[in-house]
Amino acid sequence: LKLIKSRELEKDEPRPLYMDFQATTPMDPRVLDAMLPYQVNYYGNPHSRTHAYGWESESAMEKARKQVADLIGADPREIVFTSGATESNNMSIKGVARFYKAKKKHIVTTQTEHKCVLDSCRIMEAEGFDVTYLPVKNNGLIDLKQLEETIRPDTSLVSIMTVNNEIGVKQPIKEIGHLCRSKNVFFHTDAAQAVGKIPINVNDWKVDLMSISGHKLYGPKGIGALYLRRRPRIRIEPLQSGGGQERGLRSGTVPTPLAVGLGAACEIAQQELEYDHKHVTVLANRLVQKIMAAIPDVVLNGDPDQRYPGCINLSFAYVEGESLLMALKDVALSSGSACTSASLEPSYVLRAIGTDEDLAHSSIRFGIGRFTTEDEVDYTVEKCVQQVKRLREMSPLWEMVQEGIDIKSIKWTQH
Amino acid sequence: MCSIPLRICSTDPDARGRCIKRNSTQREKNSTEVNMASCSRAQVISLYRMLMKESKQFPSYNYRTYALRRVKDGFRENLHVDNPKTLDMLINQARENLAVIKRQVSIGHLYSAQKTIVEKEPQL
Repeated sequence: LKLIKSRELEKDEPRPLYMDFQATTPMDPRVLDAMLPYQVNYYGNPHSRTHAYGWESESAMEKARKQVADLIGADPREIVFTSGATESNNMSIKGVARFYKAKKKHIVTTQTEHKCVLDSCRIMEAEGFDVTYLPVKNNGLIDLKQLEETIRPDTSLVSIMTVNNEIGVKQPIKEIGHLCRSKNVFFHTDAAQAVGKIPINVNDWKVDLMSISGHKLYGPKGIGALYLRRRPRIRIEPLQSGGGQERGLRSGTVPTPLAVGLGAACEIAQQELEYDHKHVTVLANRLVQKIMAAIPDVVLNGDPDQRYPGCINLSFAYVEGESLLMALKDVALSSGSACTSASLEPSYVLRAIGTDEDLAHSSIRFGIGRFTTEDEVDYTVEKCVQQVKRLREMSPLWEMVQEGIDIKSIKWTQH
Repeated sequence: MCSIPLRICSTDPDARGRCIKRNSTQREKNSTEVNMASCSRAQVISLYRMLMKESKQFPSYNYRTYALRRVKDGFRENLHVDNPKTLDMLINQARENLAVIKRQVSIGHLYSAQKTIVEKEPQL
């Protein structure tokens, strides 16, 4: 299995098209414009109480807090700024579990969660908690009945992500929220890929904790937020100790320029939500339909309806994913989440939805966002179809399939 | 007053002249109307033209195409807005966006990078 060798672009080499919006997003120019004054002149610490530098910085931070809260239907006092969704996820899982550990020892999550959630749960297991990793159906959605049966009287937290970053599947968060509320269990959702892309209301959905990531919604990298419900109040044990900033939940100077950027990104996302969603849906349908019409044996991973359209994970049978990525060197794509691409194993998310081993190795994730154009999609489709055909021509498996041999019935021998 | 569709005025200079005259005759008829200078037809068109001209200057392919598309769709969406207060607010928003685009275009030029693969190079 050859790994793609990293190589920076030459001076006049044209840049590849960016089609990896789930890994990160470019900053919207309006966001950068809002941030710059706080990097140049208004550089005060927002926690300084004695001079104008501090006051203006604090006022900007509070304005940003309100912008974030408005996007998800929360109160500004329920928002805590963090360094990103990973920190928010860590705070939620470890914080809730440790705070309520006297009486509640059980945590429920799914097998398709982001690595930071799964890793935090593993740490909790080492601390003596019971963790249940719910399986998902073949379409990537969880089974509500199964979730109901899994919740025990001593369950403190259920953590299920809103939109999956690898296959784009959208979980039934509203139903899960109502279920958890009825059973008196706290509900955390990692909404990093969903905020600003689909309408979110934490009160409609009965969510108690929500993780937000700045750089997934055209904001800066290095900032995120955690939503913590006030009524009914949820308490967490803080992860980061210090001067008591952010109501003691997350000490440390709040990076005003980044917070301002996150706030601006949230406000823009709220205004542009419908427009962007329409644009992304049109382009996504174009991409999938054009590819499927041109080449056979392409599988869309994840439920076709319950999804966010901008995250498309396709498996091209009889083609190796790595080879296809190398062949598509003019398009920036990935074959799964950035966190797992370092290892040689196929994605655990695809394994969880029951994808065949060989199809899992042949999957590519296409990300479409606010700035993607029709020309980019057309170019990607053209190159993809061309390269898949070429790679299949060279594949002995494909030859055998064309001759009508059933691959699965072959008995491979050891040498 | 400003509910005359943009389409009529934008390309045909005669039509533009006619509709501005139409504006002024209506002004004479309704002397109690709100000051029309704040939402005149010509202003909206000139704002649109300036926004499109500035957006074309973005060095980044993605920002440039997005700005051009969004400005066009934004003006088209608000084609039939009648309420003078809403119009004022929209025009102010457009002016602010124009300032943002101008600044971000300069920054883009200061920190420029290579072109993307889909940008058509001018044929020599």
